[in-house]
Order: sequence, then structure tokens, then C-alpha cells
Amino acid sequence: MSATTRSARSTLATADVLVIGGGIHGCSVALHCALKGLSVIVVERHTVGRHASGVNAGGVRRLGRAVAEIPLSMAAMEIWHRITDLVDDDCGFRAAPQVKVAETEADLDTLAARAETVRAHGYDHEVPLDRQQLRSLLPAVAPHCIGGLASLGDGFADPYRTTAAFRRAAERHGARIVERCSALGIDRSAGRFRLNTDHGAFDGALLVNCAGAWGGEVAAWLDEPVPIEPIAPMMLVTDRLPRFCDAVVGAAGRPLSFKQMDNGTVVVGGGRRGVVDDQGTGTRLRLPELAKTAATAADIFPIMAGATIVRCWAGIEGRMPDDLPVIGPSGTTPDAVHAFGFSAHGFQLGPIVGAILAEQIVGDRGNLPLDAFDIRRFGSCKTDTA
Amino acid sequence: MFRRIDDAVRPAGITIWFEGQSLHAQAGDSLAAALLIHDAGAFRTTPVSGAPRAPYCLMGVCFDCLVEVDGVPNRQACMIEVRDGMQVRRQHGPAGVADDG
Amino acid sequence: MDSADVAIIGAGPAGLAAAETLAAAGASVVLLDEQQMPGGQIYRGIEAVQALRRQTLSLLGSDYAAGATLAKALRNAPVDYQPGSMVWDVSRDLVIHYSREGRSQGLHARHLLIASGALERPVPIPGWTLPGVMTVGALQILLKSDGLVPRVPLVLAGSGPLLLLLAVQLLKAGAPPAAIVETVPRRAYRSAARHVPRALQGWRSLMKGRRWIRTLTHAGVPWYRGCTNLRVEGADRATGLAFHHAGRTETIAADVIGLHQGVVPNVQLTRLLDCEHVWDASQRCFRPRLDDWLATTVDGVSVAGDGGGIFGAVAAEWQGRLAGLNIAHRLDRLPSAERDRQAAPMRAALARERTVRPLLDTLYQPPPDVLRPADEVVVCRCEEVSAGRIREAVRLGCSGPNQAKSFLRCGMGPCQGRICGLPVAEIIAETRGVDLDDVGYYRIRPPLKPLPLMELAGLAADNDPAQ
Repeated sequence: MSATTRSARSTLATADVLVIGGGIHGCSVALHCALKGLSVIVVERHTVGRHASGVNAGGVRRLGRAVAEIPLSMAAMEIWHRITDLVDDDCGFRAAPQVKVAETEADLDTLAARAETVRAHGYDHEVPLDRQQLRSLLPAVAPHCIGGLASLGDGFADPYRTTAAFRRAAERHGARIVERCSALGIDRSAGRFRLNTDHGAFDGALLVNCAGAWGGEVAAWLDEPVPIEPIAPMMLVTDRLPRFCDAVVGAAGRPLSFKQMDNGTVVVGGGRRGVVDDQGTGTRLRLPELAKTAATAADIFPIMAGATIVRCWAGIEGRMPDDLPVIGPSGTTPDAVHAFGFSAHGFQLGPIVGAILAEQIVGDRGNLPLDAFDIRRFGSCKTDTA
Repeated sequence: MFRRIDDAVRPAGITIWFEGQSLHAQAGDSLAAALLIHDAGAFRTTPVSGAPRAPYCLMGVCFDCLVEVDGVPNRQACMIEVRDGMQVRRQHGPAGVADDG
Repeated sequence: MDSADVAIIGAGPAGLAAAETLAAAGASVVLLDEQQMPGGQIYRGIEAVQALRRQTLSLLGSDYAAGATLAKALRNAPVDYQPGSMVWDVSRDLVIHYSREGRSQGLHARHLLIASGALERPVPIPGWTLPGVMTVGALQILLKSDGLVPRVPLVLAGSGPLLLLLAVQLLKAGAPPAAIVETVPRRAYRSAARHVPRALQGWRSLMKGRRWIRTLTHAGVPWYRGCTNLRVEGADRATGLAFHHAGRTETIAADVIGLHQGVVPNVQLTRLLDCEHVWDASQRCFRPRLDDWLATTVDGVSVAGDGGGIFGAVAAEWQGRLAGLNIAHRLDRLPSAERDRQAAPMRAALARERTVRPLLDTLYQPPPDVLRPADEVVVCRCEEVSAGRIREAVRLGCSGPNQAKSFLRCGMGPCQGRICGLPVAEIIAETRGVDLDDVGYYRIRPPLKPLPLMELAGLAADNDPAQ
């Protein structure tokens, strides 16, 4: 605790890599950097996995990804299927089909068009389902559901456990994670970063912005502000129900994310939003909106009409205008990289994004296409001043 | 396990059904009390280990008195009053798992 | 959505007194209570007992009978009293959602008074989850509400005034306990002694206690003092209580075991609202931080009664009136000078009620193995998480109760952490070697109690204040 009493001018510690944000991406990049022999310090304002990384719905999903994200998502999926090798914990990962349900003919058309688009880009993981195929995957689905689209090799995981596992693995390989430590600003001199926090300053050669919904603040420190919006997707979880669903389920025509966990509880989300409070660190539910999520779940799975809700909550996610994350080098500052703004679908990408950033940091370009995620796409960054 | 003290005994009674057996109760009784007076034993078994449970707090806090009432699971027996003809069953493990035992 | 000047949650002494005060000041008041009848736990069943059960009324004593006045005042006041209402969400803009008769609805209030009282402190000892083990409060509820007393051997174990009071009441009802197993250590009497002079100002409470002790001793109720290492015996139901006493292990056969270690504030609502809380080291519990008028750190939200710290039923009533006066003032229905004039004697009465607390809090401090049970003891009854697994999780980096939820599902069951919250926080604090204030408490999420999915689905979209 002596850190708090030291003058802010003294340097607390030095590392090769400074990471802002102890979510899934921050912990993943810390692990992958540590695996490459780099020294790493992660500063986390609250506790690891406190926000979106720990409280999201846990979907490990390729289904329905924006085309630009598919290569990353495919690469991440390979890691997920052997996640224990990487972090020595199964992260609660279960392989399971991801299914999007069609309730109307129009839904079927939407899903058919989507399947065609994905195929045209050379991928075959999303497969259309007819009425019968839908029922073989989802025996409990309501009679009015007429088909669907599935990605059979997807799954789900326990988000908090996953983030904690990446954290522990990173620490085992020498990374240092400093919790309850708020980044306040960055100074750059003599080609090094000085990360000022409420505990004092950290010195490093490289800087990684994994600040999630607050990544825009860090980008602004680097003179490249971005139009990020904090959003609060709402979720609910029920008491234990008898086993009735082995897939992760969405709907083509309305927001839904639905899964039954191993213990029988059912987690329902799908993107209906609560309100982020003025401080930007808390959320408020909008119950009439969440009511629609509950109604959708009961429409698609009639068994849910007998379910009991045990808890409702909303996490905070950073949403970009194009719903694509910012991943890659800073446009203004050498040796700084970003990975934030995952727009409520970053959890599955965590294992691969950390690997990509670690490769970039050691100067390896890798072979995954990242242009769509470049921070300069927002056109607001200034000329390089470094 | 329990008996009613003299001034709480009413001449008229009602009938509730517990696991298919009829039990005598009095209007105004909490369901938990009506079952305790008849030595109903465990009210539920836990979804985690199947351990037997019966009321602990009787004030709506502990949820160990959960039973199925008229087909609806997860009812707190201590928070509801008996009704004539009420059908009550033990809740085994996760709510909604049929009790065929 | 309905609206009101004031919503009061809880119809015990604090809520009833506040409702009466606010209605008299002309405010529109909605009183929501989960029970079917007014009185809270302390005056539970008072109307029915007074009307129909004279024997019960007499054995419950005059303190209980005093609740009839409050209940009658409610029936005569222009208060929108809604019994059978389970409040399951309150937002910081004071929209309350509650379930009544199988349907959920919203209510917007300008002020909220939380009067949801206390919970019995959990007593996690080996075997405490077995059928037949109940809280002492539960046994008293059976007596008040339903006129039930044990007809099988009963042991009362633990410590605190309620335990002795129930023993006396059961004795008068012709159903004395087979034994009292008291956990107050000898040294507690010595450390409590210094609080006696102050407590003498509240001499009526002390005399009451002496009378109970004499009654029980006279009746020859076996009374084991200074007991430790309590353990409920039995495989699928309680069959007895084992304990250490005077250097040896005793076992008393019993089918009903009543446990008690005092009561603690019910903080579910104030936690849900994210009011600031402080750790009360003398009462070993968290309580919301309150100002002189019992207002929390969240604008428009006040707490009266044991939910703000344990001071008993009479203090709760005074607090209800005090909070009511201030809310009436804030509604422009009472000038500040008049509020202060009326409040002065109430504050004096409250101070008198508090004089006995330091003595009781010191004497009846829960023993360490109840606060922080041994590894094999189940702490989270819902998810069946043992103390040992919590300690193990701390060693893996679990730094507080919210992380314990994620690690172990501890506190994630239907009781929402009401039972395990304090022991989990105590165990984590002890294992980490830090203060309770640093460890904190569960973040409480809606619904406050499990809610049928279809009730949420039924909330109409036109209720949304954010739209």
C-alpha cells in the first residue's frame, strides 16, 4: 500500500509493455506479451473482469459476425476449442451450436441472404436450417418457428471465469496486474511512455489501450479521439430449469441471446439496452425494455413461461458507429496500439486479439486482415506529432 | 413437530393436499405452518446436492420452504396462506422437474 | 404509472409510524408490505391476536400488545396500504416495481422511506441446513401468526434477548425448551460491565431481562452457559445438538433446534439503490450511512427502523416519525421550525432507547466461529458453498463477495445473498487480512426476490420513465 503514499512524480515501476484495462483483452494481451518474454504491467481501475468482460452473456460466437470480423473470429474459435492449453482452465467453455431462429417467412429470407453472403466470402460455417433441422437442434422451440441459421462449431463460456483465467495465466508468466488503479493520463518523452495513475506513474516502452468502453478517453490522450458511445446491454438469469436446450439461440427478427448453462439456469440477453449513468461507470435497467426480452424468450421457448427470474443486470460496453472494434496501431503515436470498442461482441475475440497485438508489438505483421479496424477510419486523428 | 395452543384452535377447518394426501388446516394459516403441524418433513431438496430442506426463517428470507403450489414451482410456503383444496407438492431439485418418486 | 408523494416499504413500527405522520401532514402515502397484515415481524399478527387470541396476547406480553395502537392508527389514516406487495426493484429515480396478486406494476414516488427492518443473523454451524433447525425468530413467528408451539423436544441455542424472550413465551404457553444452550463467553460479561452505568438510563429494558432470567431459572429450564463448538446432529433431519460445555462435550436430543445470534439490518434495498454503507464494528454488520434525519446518501431515500442499525421496535417507531417529519418538510408540508420543534422530544426518546445497546452489543457479540465458520460448514445455503471453498477462492485471487459470486455462485441463489452475505464478507476479510470496509458486500441486483418471467414480460412499455 506504500504506492498510494508516494509522490506522483516518482516512477513506481518500469516494464516493456503497459496495458490500460484489465478486461478479457487486456489480460489476453498481457498473457501473450508475457509468453514472448516481455515484461508487462496492466493497470485496472476496478478489479479484473469487473465490467463487460465479467458480466457479458458469454457467447462464443462466429454466427452472424460482420464479414470483416470473420477471419479473426475463425482464428479465435480454434483457440477456444483448446483454451485449456493456453490458460490451464477450461473457462467453462462448452462447444455448442449457435442458432438464429426464424419466426416468419421474412426472417427466413433474411437468414438465407445472410448465408449466401457468408458463402460468397468463402466461408461455410453458417448453415441454413429447415423446420425439421431446427427442431433436431432445439427440441423445445415454439411451434411457430419455421427454420434458422446455425454455426455448429461455436459455443459459450463463463465470462468472469475466462477473464480470471487469462489474468492468472498472465501472472504465472510474469505479468503484473495492478487493480484499483486508475490511469489518469500519458506523458511521452525520449520515446517512452509515462502512464500516470492515482497510485503514481508507470514507465514503459509500449502502450496498449484495452480500456473497453473507456478506450475513447485513452485515444483522446493520444490525440486521436473517436466517436465511441457507452451502451448498457441488459441481461437476466433464471433459476435452474430442467435441461431443455443445448444450443445458444438468437432470433432473426428481434434481439435475443439465449442459453442454458450447465447448472440449468438460463441466461437471456440480446442487446436491449439500459442506461449508462452520468459517471459512466454504473448502469440502470429499463424494465419495460427488458420485459420485451423476457417476452421474446417465452415466445420462442414456451417452457420459459414457467421460469423465475433471479437476477437482472446490465454491463457497460463501448459501441463504435460501425459496430466494429478499434484494433491496431495508433495513428498518432509510435509504439501505442489499441484494442477497444468491441461494440458488445468482443468476448469471443479476446484470445486472438491479445495474440495479434503481441505479434504487432514484437514487429510481426501476422496474416489476419485488420484494415477494417484501423482507428484512422474515423478520420479525426491529427498528424503524427511524435 | 408442532401443536396449536388452545386459543388458536378454530372449530371450522379447510383441507389442503400435500403429496396427494389430505391435511387439515385453518383459514389464515401460512402454508408453512400448516405443513409443519403435520410433520411434513422436508419441503424441498436442493438443486445442487439433493439435500433435504425445511423452513429456516419463516419470514421470506431463506427460500428453504420452496414448494410447488397448484402446479406453480418456487412458491415460498411461509409467505402464502392456505386455501381450501390447495394442491401442494415437494420441490425436488430444479423447479419444474416432475416428482415421480 | 401510479405516483405518490411518499412510498413506504415495510409495515412494521417504523413504516406504520412514518405513514401516520406523513398522512397527518397531508402527504399522499403508499405503504407497501409483503405481509397480509400490518405489524412487521415484531408485531406480526397483532390485529388477529388482539381480536381472537387473548391467551396468546397475554403470553406474548405488553411490548407486543403495544403494536395494536400502530395498526389501528393505520386503519384510521388516509394511507394507500397495499399488503401482499413484494417490492422487487427500486431505481434511483424512485420508480418502484412490485408484485401483487401475481401481477407487477410500477409506482413513482417523490420520496422513499425504507422500513424493511432486520434479518436474523445467520448462524452457520455444522448441520444448520437440516430440517428441524430454525431461527428463534421463526419459532416466534409460528407462535404469533399461527399459534404453534413445539410438541417435540426443542433446544434454543445461541445468544441474545430474543432467545430469552422466546424461551419465556414458550414456557408460558406450556411448551418450555428442553434446554437453553448459551454461547456468551464469560469474558463478555466482564467487558460488558463497563456499559452498565449508561444502560441504567434504560433501566426498564434491564429489569425486563432480569425478570426473564428469573422466570426461566425458577421454572428449572436447563441452562448451559459459555458453550462453544455447537453442532446439529442428524442425517436428514435434526436429532440433537452437541456442544462443548465446562470442558466436556454434551449432546441434547431435540427435533427442533432454534438458533439465534441477534439481528442485523436488512440492506437489500439500500444496497440495490447503491446507498453508501458503513461497517458497524460493534454490531458486526453493514448499515447505510444516514444523516440526522435518517436520509441516505441517495437523494429522496431515507431509512427508519432496524434497517439503519439495530435499536429495537420502540426506537424504530420514533425513527419512523422523525423521518416522516423531515419528508413532510421536504414536501413543503411542514416548516422547518415546526419540524424541529416536534422532533426534539422524539430525539430525546430515541437517545434513551439507545442507552442499552452498547451493553447488549458487547454482551451478545456473536462468537468467532459463527461469524467465520470452519471450513466444512455450508455458508451459502442456496448454492451449498462451504466456508473452505470461499477461503480457497480467496487464495486464487477472489478479493470480495462479488468475485465470490463469479468464482463459486455463492450468493447467486434465490435468497440473493441475504443469508450468506455477512459470513462471506467476514471470511474473505479474515483470509485476506483486511477490513470489512475494504471487502465490501454483494452488489444487489433486481429482482430483490425471484420473479416469474411472465410478470416481467407483462410490464407495459408505457411505464418507461426513460422514454
